[in-house]
Parts: sequence; structure tokens; C-alpha cells
Amino acid sequence: MDKFVKLSSTAIPLAIENVDTDQIIPARFLKATNRDGFGENLFRDWRFHKDGSENEEFVLNDTKFQGSILVAGDNFGCGSSREHAAWAIHDFGFKVVVSSFFADIFKGNALNNGVLPVQVSPEFLKELFDAIEKDSKTEIQVDLENQQITLLATGASAIFEINPYKKTCLINGYDDIDFLLSNTSEIEAFEKTLS
Amino acid sequence: MKKTLFDKVWDAHVVKEIENGPQILYIDKHLIHEVTSPQAFGELEQRGIPVFRPDQIVATADHNTPTVDQHLPVKDALSRNQLAQLTENCKKNNITLYGLGHKYNGIVHVMAPELGITQPGMTMVCGDSHTSTHGAFGTIAFGIGTSQVAQVFASQSLLLQKPKSLRVNVNGTLKSGVLPKDVILYIISKLGTNAGTGYFCEYAGNVFEEMSMEGRMTVCNMSIEMGARGGMIAPDQTTFDYVKGREFAPQGADFDKKVAYWKTLPTDENAIFDKEYHFDAADIEPMITYGTNPGMGIKISENIPVENNASFEKSLAYMNFEKGQSLVDKEINYVFIGSCTNSRIEDFRVAANYIKGKKKADNVTAWFVPGSQQVAEQIVQEGLNEVFENAGFTLRQPGCSACLAMNDDKIPEGEYCVSTSNRNFEGRQGQGSRTILASPLVAAATAIEGKIIDITKQLN
Repeated sequence: MDKFVKLSSTAIPLAIENVDTDQIIPARFLKATNRDGFGENLFRDWRFHKDGSENEEFVLNDTKFQGSILVAGDNFGCGSSREHAAWAIHDFGFKVVVSSFFADIFKGNALNNGVLPVQVSPEFLKELFDAIEKDSKTEIQVDLENQQITLLATGASAIFEINPYKKTCLINGYDDIDFLLSNTSEIEAFEKTLS
Repeated sequence: MKKTLFDKVWDAHVVKEIENGPQILYIDKHLIHEVTSPQAFGELEQRGIPVFRPDQIVATADHNTPTVDQHLPVKDALSRNQLAQLTENCKKNNITLYGLGHKYNGIVHVMAPELGITQPGMTMVCGDSHTSTHGAFGTIAFGIGTSQVAQVFASQSLLLQKPKSLRVNVNGTLKSGVLPKDVILYIISKLGTNAGTGYFCEYAGNVFEEMSMEGRMTVCNMSIEMGARGGMIAPDQTTFDYVKGREFAPQGADFDKKVAYWKTLPTDENAIFDKEYHFDAADIEPMITYGTNPGMGIKISENIPVENNASFEKSLAYMNFEKGQSLVDKEINYVFIGSCTNSRIEDFRVAANYIKGKKKADNVTAWFVPGSQQVAEQIVQEGLNEVFENAGFTLRQPGCSACLAMNDDKIPEGEYCVSTSNRNFEGRQGQGSRTILASPLVAAATAIEGKIIDITKQLN
């Protein structure tokens, strides 16, 4: 898994609430049997018209907005458990998703793929949207060590929560399988207690 | 310390607590299907890790399967490959697979309960968010991502933070024509799509106590649509009677021993929940959705609410509905009865009971898709298929079908579909399709009338 420590980047604003995983990656693209290439179809039906041409109105097609941070509306990633959604976001080049609320399964999937979900207050989220809207070149810094997100232009910042275990995993690029396998003997002992 | 149903089952499965971190939770049963498992098998193979407990895994093919001509090779090459990989992975790892055409094949959340694989007090996971369905048995069951599928393959365990607890109480008498689907759509319309995020939900009250297991499964199934990872209902005599005698259920003295344990599971009196809601059953009516998330639901007799915000307006624009509009008399060309929410025998009985002696509307294309081979067989045994055929409907073969439209069962662009499934997201049933969620009764009535009707008027 990719390590994540600190990042400064411009951001792409997706000011839509309740973005579900069917929008992030529609079901018809779930037929692959490996993890690669899902970025191509990220937000497929918002990015492209049915004839395959680009939807110029969609923010990901607006060349003014670039960067590896996605700033999104409330309740991001609701719906299906498909990890393909996290793979698509990662494959497209995003390292961080910022929102005022994340759906559980998406949040876990993102963390398991080295994509950091940063949950901020609705007020701070609005501040981010406003700043990006005003100046698309504005940089945002995400510092995992200090659990801090900062609008570099103004210095406005917020602290975000992350489980300490998951934080260690991200900073070091560890995943849960390694940890679980190191506990196999305890798992086997537990099994013996089951009737 | 008073414990909830959830606490009791969870605490009985904690292998180890990590200081300042998650817990290692033991998983009793792991269900897998073709779409979310291949990358997990791939990861294990790449890292040289064997599957730890293949006997505790059961596989089925459901998401990406055709619902006609299942005896023929699957036409779509990518789907065929995905199904072939599932077969190969199961064979290689000694995992039981109920593939296409097997008498136990079906939607994972329909076949596992009917085979007695799902039992009270268990922990169960599957790479599918509607795994919450199994909570109807007093089981901790929840959907996981593919990385977690790999973790369970490797260790039969997961690293998790214990979720908070939520209880939704519904008491009173349900009106005629109000089905379990209406109850859960009503709850979600009141609480919203993220009220349950971070929580495990228990449904309590006489409404759930009086429900059949099929009805309880419909309710628990949609827990994830209000953000809750899982939903549970306390096991009782209805649960024990359902489980008893099923293929993989404990038998004889073992069963009695289990029942004695299952009886200890219900939430202790005075146990505290982090959040609790109460609803009056009498306030619930047949429901429909008008927007692009399951929280956007109204009673059929109500008008679409008037809200002024961009996400709400975007949603109505997609649906081509107006604020304040009534959906009664709206012409509908597609009806889908199926999905892990409503494809059990009871759902088809409800539909057949309404349809008997009537004819399908000419404008309607209807897909009736049983949840499993066993449901399909029972439909025939009970003569329901004749009711459907006489009315101009044909039954398709089991699978997830038009719920997520991974196979060929896609609703055309711009068309409305009254659907018994669980999600009305943009394009969920096919690119550009518009989904209206409803109960099997409302779906059946729509298929007969060719438009949405206020079913309450017919019933009263």
C-alpha cells in the first residue's frame, strides 16, 4: 500500500451531496478481475455523455481545476461496498478526499488503499469550496502526522480525526493482512473456545 | 452492565483488543460472489497466503449472471470470465460454490438464509453492502470491501472499531397494504441516508416481532440505505421455526442447545443505546421514492416536498419531476420485482394475490426475478407462475438482475421503473434510467395499471 505522510496540492471541488459509489464507478464497470484501470471510468456518467464525448460542465473536465485532493459534498461514498470506487479514485490520481461526512464502507476502503479521507466541519468545507472557487490555484496542505488540513493562502486550518492504528498503517504503508497474520495463533486459540 | 443484542454477539467474537486501536473480530461465515472476490483471491495468491478456513466460506454467482437461458454459455465475455474465475478460485481453494444452475444457486442474501447457513448469534460478512439482510436472524452481518474480503480469507477475522448502537422502535398496528418494505422506506425517509453511519441498528417493537422472517430480511436489508453498516432483529420463535430443519442448520439436540443460547441474545431490559427513535405504525402508508437516494421517499398519497437546495434540485431534474408534484397517475413502462430486498416467496405471493384475475397493462415491460432456485421452485409448486402467466407476465431465472443492471436487464435511458429493489441512484438500473422504489404490492399494481396508483384507495 502507498504511504501517506504529508501533501500539498491544488484541489478539485465536487460540490454535490450524497455522492454514491454507483456514481463514482457504475456497476457495468465492475466486471474486471484485477484492480487496475478503474480511474478511466471514475464518475463515468457525469464525466462523459452517452455518446462518449466529454461533459464540459462536469468539474473533472474543467482544466482550471487540477490536483490530487478531491473536495466533495456531505455523505460522500454512500451505497454499495464496491472497493472499485476507492480503486477508481486512487487510480485517477487522488490521494485525499475531503468531505463533511463519509459513508463507513467507503471510508474503510479508501484507508485500505492509501487514500486519506479527511472529515471536516460543514463550515470548514464551505471555506474550502469558497477558496477553491475564488482561486483554483489555491493550495491545500494535508498533514497526517499532525492530523491537520490547512488552506495555505490564508492559514485557516482544521484538525481531523483518524484512528491511531490506521494512521500508523498509512504513514508506514502497512496493511491489515500483515497485522492479522501476525495474530494467527491467537485466532486459532479463540477458535478452540467456540462451541 | 446491561447489554444490547449487538453487544452480546459482538463481544462473543472479539479475539483481541488492540490498545488505542481496533479489535480483532472473528467471522463465523464468509459469503462470496463473483464481483468482489477475484481481486482478493489475486492478492492472496500474489502474496503466497493460503485461505485460512475454506469450510467457513460459501460462494454463489448472482450479480453478473443472465436471468434467461442460464443453461447456455454466458454471452458477455467479461461476465463469463468473471464467473469462470469464481469457479476456478473456489476449486483451487476448496470453497463450496453454488454456481449457475445449481439447485442452491441464488442471490447471496436469499440463498444463505434459506439454506440455514445464516443463524442467530453469528458474525457474517460478504463483499456486498446488503449483507445487513442476515441481521434479521439476530446475526451481526455487514458488507465489506475487497481488501477486507482478502483479510477474512487470510485470517477468518477483521480489524474493526466497534460501532455505536442505534435502536429504531416501531409500535402499533400497520394499516392494510403496508408491507415491510414500506416500513423501512418510511424509516429512511424520516431519518435520512446517513443517520445510521457509524452505528449498528436494532429494530424493535411489536411491528417487527409480528413480521415473518422474509419481512424482517427486507427491513434489515435496507439498513445500509440509512448508512448503518448493519441492522438486527432479536431472534425469537419465528426465527427458530424458520431455521429449524434447513439444510445447514444444526439438527436434533444440537439445535435445541443452540436455541437455548439464542434465547439469551435479545437486548437486556434497560440497556442503553447511543441513539434511539420511535415511530407509530399507524402513521405508515404505502411508500414510493421520487429522487435519487432512498431517503427521498413519500407516502403515495403525498406530493413531492418543496426544498430549495442544489442537490435536491439536481436529483429532481434527473428524475424529471417537479417540486410539489403528485406521482399518482404517472405512466410507468417498466416494473421490476426482485433483488435481495424483495425476491422471496412472500413477495411473489403478495404480487400474485394482487395480480390474480387481472391483466398486465400493455405499456408495461415487467421483470419478475426470483431470488433463488428454491424460490423459483416454490413459485411453481404454489401455482403462482400460472397466475403470472395468465396475466401476461413471465418469470425469469434467479439473480440480482435489474437491481444493479450488471447483466442485460437494463432499464432504457429516460424510462421510469417501479422497482422492489433498494437503490434509486442515478443510472442504477441502467444508464439514464429512473428508479422509483416501492413494495411488491405497489410494483404489482403498477404493472397491472401501467401507472402509479394510490393503492390505499383500492384497499380501503
